Amino acid sequence: MIPPFETFYATYGEEVFRYLRSRLGGERAEDAFQETFLRALRAYDRLEHAEHLRAWILTIASRIAIDDVRRRRPHDELDVDAVRHEDARPAFEELAPLTDGLPPKERAAVVLRYGYGLDYEEIGGALGSNGSAARQAASAGVRRLRRERA
Amino acid sequence: MITPELDRRFRDAAAATGLLDAAFDVVSDTPIGDLLVGVTDHGVCRIHFDPEPERELESLARRFGPRVLRASKPVDRVRRQLDEYFAGRRQAFELDWDIRLLPEYNRRVLTQLARVEYGTTVTYGTLAKLTGNAAAARAVGTVMNRNPIPIVLPCHRVVGANGKLTGYAGGLDRKELLLKLEGAL
Repeated sequence: MIPPFETFYATYGEEVFRYLRSRLGGERAEDAFQETFLRALRAYDRLEHAEHLRAWILTIASRIAIDDVRRRRPHDELDVDAVRHEDARPAFEELAPLTDGLPPKERAAVVLRYGYGLDYEEIGGALGSNGSAARQAASAGVRRLRRERA
Repeated sequence: MITPELDRRFRDAAAATGLLDAAFDVVSDTPIGDLLVGVTDHGVCRIHFDPEPERELESLARRFGPRVLRASKPVDRVRRQLDEYFAGRRQAFELDWDIRLLPEYNRRVLTQLARVEYGTTVTYGTLAKLTGNAAAARAVGTVMNRNPIPIVLPCHRVVGANGKLTGYAGGLDRKELLLKLEGAL
């Protein structure tokens, strides 16, 4: 059963806020926080199962942060060294701005894999696909980042 | 840390979207303890004694849908009227209730119950008769026991044939206190 929205909000609220603050700073994080959970509320009754709720809400937050960053700083420089090696997992704050130019599925897969260390099954669940599709999206994303950098 | 202001801002905004299946809040420090109050677009849907919010909000989610959130604004009107009632300044509630999801028989009995006036009592048998079946006193008792909106739907005004206070889902102490408050005891 999908938990009551109150429980979901109480469980992930602080983590989402910390993430948004690290990406956007205090004041903008507050607006993004509200937007993140309102967007989740809008989609909440269409969820089919309660797995991967964490990955789901962090994906929403990351999209909103990316939109916010893009709106304010359209000419970010790319530095993909951070995502070259799977072992050298960069902090999510460093990784996310690099992925701004990726198509949404690839961006989400790269961020969730390398920024959050979720496994491909979890990512597939969060993105409404499956493990192998998530793996493909993540590696396509990394290839694209390398090409853009070259 | 999410500040209390940010938390309240989100909850108000969520309620304002009209997307909540149910909002709830705890009305604390009434003469009969803390009360959890649930509200939907259709009206007040739940008043619960001794609230353990965790369990109660799961039951709200099961009945009305998963988008259940604590929010004070949607509950303000109920809170104000309960305050007035407990202060002895209100005899009738002016609230819509949401009993859509109950069986037809329960709705019929509860609608009849709502007509029992402040400061009076009625027996289970009389209420059964008013609802069309004089022999159904026991069934009426069951409906009272499962009344989702006590106080507002005044099941505390229903007593045994000899005028004795019988069961109350919130405990006989509360039933006695409410009837004394209303001057019926």
